[in-house]
Amino acid sequence: MIIDHPILGPRDAQEFVYLGDASLMNRPDGLSDGIGAFHDYLYNRANPVGEHRELWYHEQGDRSWLVVTRNTLTHEITKVELARDVARASGRSR
Amino acid sequence: MSRSHRIAGGQIDRTSTIRFSFDGLPYTGHPGDTLASALLANGVRLMGRSFKYHRPRGPLSAGSEEPNALVQLRTGARQEPNSRATVAELFDGLTATSQNAWPSLRLDAMALNDRLSTFFAAGFYYKTFMWPAAFWEKVYEPMIRRAAGLGRLTREEDPDSYDKGFLHCDLLVIGAGPAGLMAALTAGRAGARVILADEDFRMGGRLNSERFEIGGQPGADWAAGAVAELAQLPTVRLMSRTTVIGAFDHGIYGAVERVSDHLPEPPPGKPRQTLWRIYSRRAILAGGATERPIAFENNDRPGIMLAGSLRAYANRWAVAAGDRVAIFTNNEDGLRTATDLHAKGVDVVAVIDARADGPLLPGIRHLRGAEVIDTRGRLGLTSITIRQANGRTETLRASALGVSGGWNPNVNISSHHRARPVWDEAILSFVPGKAGPPGLSAAGAAAGRLSTHGALASGQTEALAALADLGRASRAQPLPEAEDAPVSITPKWYVAGGKGRAWIDPQNDVTVKDVKLAHQENFTSVEHLKRYTTLGMATDQGKTGNVLGLAIMAGLTGRTIPETGTTIYRPPYTPVAMGTLAGRSRGKEFKPTRLTPSHAWAEEQGAVFVEVGQWLRTQWIPRPGETHWRESVDREVLATRRSVGICDVTTLGKIDIQGTDAGAFLDRVYANTFSTLPVGKCRYGLMLREDGIVFDDGTTARLGEHEYVMTTTTANAVAVFRHLEFCRQVLWPGMDVQLISTTEAWAQFSVAGPNARRLLERIVDQDISDAAFPYLAAGNITVGGLRARLFRISFSGELAYEIAVPARYGDALIRRLVEEGRTFDAVVYGTEALGVMRVEKGHVAGNELNGQSTALNMGLGKMVSRKKDSIGMVLSGREGMMDPGGYRLVGVKPVAPDGKLTAGSHFLDIGAAAVMENDGGWLTSKVYSPHLGSDIALGYLKAGDRRIGERMRAVNLLAGTDTEVEIVSPHFFDPEGERLRG
Amino acid sequence: MRYSAFRVIAEALTGHRGWTPVWRDPEPQADYDYIIIGGGGHGLATAYYLAKEFGQKRIAVLEKGYLGGGNVGRNTTIIRSNYLLDGNEPFYEFSLKLWEGLEQDFNYNAMVSQRGIINLIHTDAQRDAFTRRGNAMILNGADAELLDREQVRAMYPWLNFDNARFPIKGALMQRRGGTVRHDAVAWGYARGADMRGVDLIQNCEVTGMRIERGRILGVETTRGFIGARTVGVAVAGSSSKVMAQAGLRLPIESHVLQAFVSEGLKPFIDGVMTFGAGHFYVSQSDKGGLVFGGDIDGYNSYAQRGNLPVIEDVAEGGMALMPAIGRARLLRTWGGIMDMSMDGSPIIDRTPVEGLYFNGGWCYGGFKATPASGWCFAHLLARDEPHPTARAYRFDRFLKGLMIDEKGQGATPNLH
Repeated sequence: MIIDHPILGPRDAQEFVYLGDASLMNRPDGLSDGIGAFHDYLYNRANPVGEHRELWYHEQGDRSWLVVTRNTLTHEITKVELARDVARASGRSR
Repeated sequence: MSRSHRIAGGQIDRTSTIRFSFDGLPYTGHPGDTLASALLANGVRLMGRSFKYHRPRGPLSAGSEEPNALVQLRTGARQEPNSRATVAELFDGLTATSQNAWPSLRLDAMALNDRLSTFFAAGFYYKTFMWPAAFWEKVYEPMIRRAAGLGRLTREEDPDSYDKGFLHCDLLVIGAGPAGLMAALTAGRAGARVILADEDFRMGGRLNSERFEIGGQPGADWAAGAVAELAQLPTVRLMSRTTVIGAFDHGIYGAVERVSDHLPEPPPGKPRQTLWRIYSRRAILAGGATERPIAFENNDRPGIMLAGSLRAYANRWAVAAGDRVAIFTNNEDGLRTATDLHAKGVDVVAVIDARADGPLLPGIRHLRGAEVIDTRGRLGLTSITIRQANGRTETLRASALGVSGGWNPNVNISSHHRARPVWDEAILSFVPGKAGPPGLSAAGAAAGRLSTHGALASGQTEALAALADLGRASRAQPLPEAEDAPVSITPKWYVAGGKGRAWIDPQNDVTVKDVKLAHQENFTSVEHLKRYTTLGMATDQGKTGNVLGLAIMAGLTGRTIPETGTTIYRPPYTPVAMGTLAGRSRGKEFKPTRLTPSHAWAEEQGAVFVEVGQWLRTQWIPRPGETHWRESVDREVLATRRSVGICDVTTLGKIDIQGTDAGAFLDRVYANTFSTLPVGKCRYGLMLREDGIVFDDGTTARLGEHEYVMTTTTANAVAVFRHLEFCRQVLWPGMDVQLISTTEAWAQFSVAGPNARRLLERIVDQDISDAAFPYLAAGNITVGGLRARLFRISFSGELAYEIAVPARYGDALIRRLVEEGRTFDAVVYGTEALGVMRVEKGHVAGNELNGQSTALNMGLGKMVSRKKDSIGMVLSGREGMMDPGGYRLVGVKPVAPDGKLTAGSHFLDIGAAAVMENDGGWLTSKVYSPHLGSDIALGYLKAGDRRIGERMRAVNLLAGTDTEVEIVSPHFFDPEGERLRG
Repeated sequence: MRYSAFRVIAEALTGHRGWTPVWRDPEPQADYDYIIIGGGGHGLATAYYLAKEFGQKRIAVLEKGYLGGGNVGRNTTIIRSNYLLDGNEPFYEFSLKLWEGLEQDFNYNAMVSQRGIINLIHTDAQRDAFTRRGNAMILNGADAELLDREQVRAMYPWLNFDNARFPIKGALMQRRGGTVRHDAVAWGYARGADMRGVDLIQNCEVTGMRIERGRILGVETTRGFIGARTVGVAVAGSSSKVMAQAGLRLPIESHVLQAFVSEGLKPFIDGVMTFGAGHFYVSQSDKGGLVFGGDIDGYNSYAQRGNLPVIEDVAEGGMALMPAIGRARLLRTWGGIMDMSMDGSPIIDRTPVEGLYFNGGWCYGGFKATPASGWCFAHLLARDEPHPTARAYRFDRFLKGLMIDEKGQGATPNLH
């Protein structure tokens, strides 16, 4: 597969490490949320057939975490974003 | 051996003679020959035996689809089983032997199976061999395994090397027949970067095997001219002997180039084969078509081959495969073989044409509405029996029979993304489906365009479409004139009525009867048919026979062929040597080897090294006279505890963490607190995964207000860094914190023991007295003016430091430390002594940090701060992980001082039976403590914190040992920690 | 019809006219007591044991494609019970014992062949871990042996002992491990279930679940609505897709695992071998093909096909371990979709929907589990309580912190 890195252009997916569903970005707050929220966050997945937003890390490259929108049936990639930008846009900060 | 079967013409170089042997007999051939063509020219038709019935077999084809003529090529460590004689290029000295036959190819004892074939119907083995149960492994299966298999692997290491390479192009053209050549010309002339790959050693595809004319010149000459023009185009790369093996995601194709297989052995410095990964923006599949047979009784004898292959042997290799030749066809193409052979003076005894109507060939006995119903000739065809339209049967003497049941487009690569091929009634074959790999289109025979004109036209059309996709406008050019004959085919899958066997998949001996039996037993889905009969699972993967099998099944079930469906093809297109796929990653080069800065010095000392991930670390350094590793390790431990020891700890991960939020960031990623750590100090840190299990540990030092340096375990250095980047970029993108891995940047040595300070004082430029540099101090220092780092931390329990210098000075530093250490009888110790001392101190390491253990398990539960949010804090509090009866880290000592312990032994109560209900846990790490004079161990014991002082058993059922032990604190040595503060 | 050597001979001598369909192709009835969704190994085994061992009737298996077309038809055929953890080992040992009697039980030769499995050891830490594991196996009633380097060499002298990047230091062996002819497992269970009146309905895809007041009433299919009191889902690979019809999200990701077979070769490897340092495992089929594999491709996928890097990685592992296979040829690769769970262990449990039960999350351990999975799922369906060996396979183990994590990788399914 080829991932079109937003900064570096097309790179072989072999340079990346896969983590999983981009929902892993939505970590609850440890001081205000409890076991139930963390359990759902960490363990349950939509695991869709079709479009999937997922986290990849450019380990053999610039160390960017990316959010890749990829079809799990065809492997077609339709969007690649810097995870930092997506996280900020979703309101995550510190 | 009989007289030569060479005829006039062909693309062989008769000015040169090549000597080769088959089954020990010498033969000659010419450059341009394959092993099969040369053997046929020498009158050898028998080349192999089938898998199940050991039927005598000759080549069915003249290409890579060959199921029958499989031989063992070459000798010694280069022996290569299952090699297709039909594509093995002849070279001087080639040695081939037959396989799957004993004692000889002509007299094969296992041919007894053929006599007993009625007992070996499809799936018979599922219904028997069940009694008695123990006989399967002892009797039945060994017998079956010995009989099965095809060729034999030598057990020697493959002496050849293999390469891998990467190529990029605008357009990959797969196949260099008329369609592929025209596509490559069209795109190459337009300036596109084109790769044209073809599995053959001579480009041109079928044009080399036909007498067609293109633009008024012989097709093969036109092809040679096209290749010559392509070779001149600057953006075109021609790759012959290169098989595209698979279509992968996003325009990536795998290809295997047989660099040296046409030579006796690879030239110096050259690989045998190269695996190419081709990145293409567009691709055109122009891989041609494969002819298929018609099934009739005894249609598998040597001398019976595909009509197009018979023609190829005559036209390209100047071989008449028999002196009396017959043709059996259901389509127009079969007639070409008759006319071509007739024109070359070969005696064509009859054309048996399944089609009832149509014109007759001039000058040849052409029987319409006829069929072949049987053949004779055990080791080679001698006669055929035919049935004419009027029902009259007749036996004709013949030594070769060409059979054509139509042509299957080579759709394989188009279905590598699991797209189903679609049925084309006009040619009675499957053609590529619409949903193939994105960017791939098909042209020529691969797309079902079976005429030469159709190939040229679709090659150009598809190339123009590809150019348009690539943003390069180009216009159609006039095509050279070429034949455009209709296919004219009638369905004829098998000849009905006989009682004997008619082969569909010749290698696996799947016959029409087997398909009928599968139907009778309701294995009617194509997948069940394949799996039950093994149809299409031979080394040719059903390239010739699959369509026949499912057409016959369609007929039996009353469904159409499209309703019946088809199995799809998987990579690789043709089988690929394992060596090629592995490339140079084998032997010591299987994975990279990382060396520590002290490696050269340690090697000079005769150190013993150990693999730690990709690192090689010093395990111990034997001294003269030491005969057992324990002597060396005990000495290293005792010397360190007595005076001072030095150990290379460079492999530990090192991460520089800087920014105004560095402290807050560390508070999030560590279970304990770091923002309160004073500058110039370091602290042990415990890192959890989000699921509350311990991920890693190490010490982190604060070197400045906004500057920390973290150490990780060797094993987790990469994973921890990745995790920290995740936290920084994804979870808390607003934090001002920057990371860089400096594992390779610093050479780091532990200096431990009562004289550690005295030794280091000779090295470093600063005051490191206990007052100036107390326990857990950390800071930037200099060594002879060079920048360095010093940490007062201890893994051994001794007064200890870790000193780091830029990696390039690591070799100098170890030599300096050793030199200055002579005064103190300093010792350099390896990972074994390191392990002994850390177990003596009760520190956890890899065996305890097993990804299954919590802080509580390790006795570190209090380190998980509940006052702040940190990774893993919440989920570490789940009820199952807070169980007071759960595992706790304990120390273990044998009750008898000479009692032996083994890591991995399980705890059992005294007197308890060795069953799981009584399992108390296990010993994680065991060492011999020279200090205590006995084996000691760490272990995870259920409720272990409440069992200190009790006696139990450590049982190793694998070795039959059962040792009484005392459960003790894991801190065996200096539990008060007086030494490390000294 | 009962199969036997006598029957094979008698049929051979009479033109094989007496063989009858191995299963019927019935039309689905309006409703059943039990519907099993998924006609793969686990679904068929469940139906078989439900009828045979638990005496239940009115059972249907609904299969969207053909019987045995899931992972039972596309795995590397290995059976073993060399697990470590309490939640797993008794279950897999139960499965291995069922394998040992399977052929006589269902009267079909699935070629259960206990030629032994070895897990190679390359480091001292690995030896410690395998010692712990081997002891756990024996404590659970399984067999295990620790081999030293020379014992391994005696078995397979052509392994790379002298020029290896990761030297072989020994192995953990389970002699009762081995291989089974995978398709025959599906067919044997299907035949046995069909003989006991189970309706095996192929080409029948479940498209929805009818749930009212928290209770399942039946399933919508491509062949109409079919009612049922109890519905069991055994569709590993498609678990999330099917359970989404009941509104459930699972602790599972779907990943592709490639498998590989070489051209047929004369006997080379007798048993099964795993090479952990190289992410490679191999056995040789009775037909002569080397059957091997390695890691999953590593990204969520339902594509049933993989990519070149993993093919190369697996071949590299093979060549590093066995330098003599350089000239053996890879014949075919294929991909299966794995239900990769969050701790690498399966789930056999009730769901929040009354009457709806789930069996999945098998990662790539599903094939060897087939008999016990079927038995334990049938137990749960028939009695509404877990089988003793499958008690740990609950959904709520993640909520309670009772993960069964053999590899210690945590909630990263692609690393299990």
